[in-house]
Parts: sequence; structure tokens; C-alpha cells
Amino acid sequence: MPLLELRDVQARYGQTTALHNVSLTVEEGRVVAILGANGAGKTTTLRAVSGTVRRSGEIVFGGRSIDRRAPEAIARLGIAHVPEGRGTLSELSVWDNIRMGAHIRRDRRAVKSDYARVLDYFPWIEERRRQQAGTLSGGEQQMLVLARALVARPRLLLLDEPSLGLAPLVVREFFRIVRELNEEDGLTVLLVEQNANAALGIAHHAYVLEVGRVAVDGTADELQRNESVRKSYLGY
Amino acid sequence: MTEFLQQVVSGLASGGIYASLALALVLIYRATDVINFAQGEMATFTTYIAWTLIDQGLSYWTAFVLTLAIAFVGGIAVERVVIRPVERAPVLTIVMVTIGLLIVFNGAMGWIWTPELKSFPSPFPSRGVEIGGVVVSIQDLGVIGVSLVLVALMYAFFTFTRLGLSMRAAAVNPEVSRLLGVRVSWMLALGWGLAAVLGAVSGMMIAPTAFLDPNMMQVVIIYAFAAAVLGGISSPVGAVVGGLTLGVALNLIGTYAEFLGSELRLPVAFAILLAVLIVRPSGLFERAVVKRV
Repeated sequence: MPLLELRDVQARYGQTTALHNVSLTVEEGRVVAILGANGAGKTTTLRAVSGTVRRSGEIVFGGRSIDRRAPEAIARLGIAHVPEGRGTLSELSVWDNIRMGAHIRRDRRAVKSDYARVLDYFPWIEERRRQQAGTLSGGEQQMLVLARALVARPRLLLLDEPSLGLAPLVVREFFRIVRELNEEDGLTVLLVEQNANAALGIAHHAYVLEVGRVAVDGTADELQRNESVRKSYLGY
Repeated sequence: MTEFLQQVVSGLASGGIYASLALALVLIYRATDVINFAQGEMATFTTYIAWTLIDQGLSYWTAFVLTLAIAFVGGIAVERVVIRPVERAPVLTIVMVTIGLLIVFNGAMGWIWTPELKSFPSPFPSRGVEIGGVVVSIQDLGVIGVSLVLVALMYAFFTFTRLGLSMRAAAVNPEVSRLLGVRVSWMLALGWGLAAVLGAVSGMMIAPTAFLDPNMMQVVIIYAFAAAVLGGISSPVGAVVGGLTLGVALNLIGTYAEFLGSELRLPVAFAILLAVLIVRPSGLFERAVVKRV
């Protein structure tokens, strides 16, 4: 049974339909990428999963239907959504952002060890724990929200355009960490990216969206070999 | 010098009361961008409840604690029943609703308890004590003490507890907080509950010196509002400093600028407030919102 399954999901903003009929599955322990041009519905697909857009159709997570649940309830089931534009709690301190990641957890001891673990990945957080999060650089904020998502111990991590506005080196480092988390901890990731090269570099499987529909899907290798995908999204 | 210090202490006592109510306003403002105009009447209403409990024979402090509990639940109830349905409405709509609440509470108090003045007991003796040559009233010291404890408790709650942190997050960024599993709507209700508790304390602290009537807090809420604005409307620390500053300033103006009389004390205080705001438009403690674009 897949960890996440979308069947014929539609979503709309007011009168505008953003998703026509999207079906996709995410297997446990996999990194799945959603590619596509601006306005193809990538972000909306993630928002449909986390409940932050009006949607219909079936969304099943871990065997439970979540298509009628509110965002906070979905988060409590173990889906961490790192939204587009990062979603830093900019007025709070760096460490309060991290604490917010763990606030739904009750296993204090495990939370402590997870704090230690994210500090291993991001040692600078310790030094700057009191700094107002909004004053961090874009790259640091992206790392901070990833760290915050990790201390929630999600079963599924939704990443929306993490590379947006970041320097290439930072993007590489970010994806290296995500890949490591996937390989070592089996973290399941659903990733939306415009940077198709970077995304296919870590994804096992990918879907290409075109105007609110799935146009192509396949393993990362298959898509890299697919000529039209290569021309439209990979640029070679 | 002695008189100056005495006036400062007594100013701090009234300032503590303004600060508590200002903190209540800030709490709700931060979460909803709305000034709760009914905060003062809600405070008076809970003070009446305390009066009734004491009148029924309960000791002051039992009534005090019980009143805070009732205020907390009542504040939450008001939010759930009255504010929640208009949660997503434009700010002006919510402002109108709070003004409606003000009228309802004011009318209800006159109806239940009659508009007659009632004397409210003080838990502190009214005599003075001498500290380093300065005679200050125990009543004033008590009020200052209660305000300080209250502020310290609020600070600890918002800084160290998980719930306090969630409330802060929900106030500054509701969308992201939802994605982190925060029940934002309940956080707002809790905020109303805590604000009602702060208001109840300020009401019970001022009632012994001001007499209890349905309009008791109407001047205090103006001071509290001024204190909150002075401190930078969304800053809790600012509300406390603003309240204390305003209390002391009003007292000193009353003492040293006698020619102004009691009628002009308020306008002069507000002229000073205005001057401060001209120099620092966002108040003394408003933290600039940092936004990357």
C-alpha cells in the first residue's frame, strides 16, 4: 500500500480550476518529484495534500482518507509541508522556530535527541538560536524550515520549490541533506521543483504536470531519457 | 525628593493597572489586528462577579482566584460565540462587534447589579509603611506586586511553555502555524481567555479606590489604550512599560503642574504621548517587522 495516494483530485481557487484530475502515488521511503512549468498545478497539488486549498477527489494517507481534514489535523497525522516562500515564522527566534516543529510531539526524550540530530546537520543553528528568524539569509531560512520539519518526525515531507532564489551551492547542499535523510532514515519526500535537473538527481519517481493534469510519469531515469521531457524541462 | 518618590510609587500602582489592561489589548491585537473595545467592560463585569462572590461571604483571595477562572472561561466563551462567526470578516466588522459587546456588557451590568456605586474591599491595608524615608501605602505596593507577578507569569507562559509558543506562532503567522499542526482558532480563543483574566485583575485592583459601577473602566481603558500605543501596540513589553510610564507621568503632572488642575491632566498626558509618537511613530518597543522580498 502506498503511503500517499491521490485519485482524481481536483482543486480550485474561487472560479479557477487549478487541478483538473491529478492521480499520483508516493511509496514509503521514496523521493517523488513533481515537475512542470509555472501554473501547471505543482504547488496546488501539495496544497491539496496538506489541506490548504479547496479540493475534491480522494486523498489517502497511510490508509486514512484525508481529503476532508483541516490542515492542522493533517499535520498531526505526520505530514510536514514546507511551503513555497519557506514559511519561516519570521518574528520568532531561530530556536522557537525549531521548537514549533516539535510542538505536536509528546515523546520529550525523543524530541531532545532529534534536536541534537538537526544540530548535527545544521551546527550554525546553535550559535544563532536567539536571532530573529526573519533576519537570516534566504538559504539559512530554507535550512531552518527543513530542520523544523525534521523535528516533527514526519512520515511524509512536502517540499515546495526549495531551490527558489537560492545560490547553486546552497541548492546542492540542501538536496544533499534531503538525499541523506532519505537514504539513512527512509524519509519519504514529495518534492515540487522547477529545477528539474536537481529534482531528478534525487528523485526515484517523477510526475510532470501540464495545466492541472499529469502529462507524463515514470522513474527518474525514464524521464531523463524521455525526449520531450528533456527538451521542455531539462533543457538539453 | 521624598514627595517625588512617593508620587512615583503611587504612579507605578496605577500604571500597573493600566499595564494589565494594556497587555490584554495587546494580546488580542497581536492575534487578530483588532482592538477589543469591550475589554474594559469585560473587566468591570468580572469585577462585579468578584464583588458578588465576596458579598456572598467568600474571602477576598478565594473570590479573586475564582473570578480569574470565571474570567478565563468567560473570555473563551465570548470568543467562541461572538467573535468566531466573524473571524474571517473585515477588521471593521470585528471592531463593530466588540463595540456591540461593550454596549451589551455595560447594559447587562446595570441590569444585574444596578448602576449604583458599590464599594469594593481591598486585600491590602490602606496605611503606609516607611521605606528609606519614603512613606508609601501598602495598597500601592500590593497593586504593584500583583501587577508584577501577573506580568512575570505571562512572560513565563509565552516564553517557556509549548502552548504559549504556539499562541505566539499562531498570532504572527496563522497559515504556517496550521501547517505545523497548531489549532489556530483555539489559540485565538485562549488569547481572549487570558486577556479576560488580565482585565479581571486590573478591575479588581482599581475597584477599591475607584468604587464599582458599570462605567468604572471607561477611563482606564483609554489609559490602557494609550499605554499600548505608547509601547508599540503589538509589543507586550511595550504595553507594560507604556502603562507604568503613563501612570507615573499622570501622577507627576498632577503633583507638579497643579495649575493644570485635574481637568487638564489627561489632555497634557496625551500631548506628551503624541509627541513621543511623532518622534517614534511605531511606539517605543515596536519591533520592526523584517520581511525579505
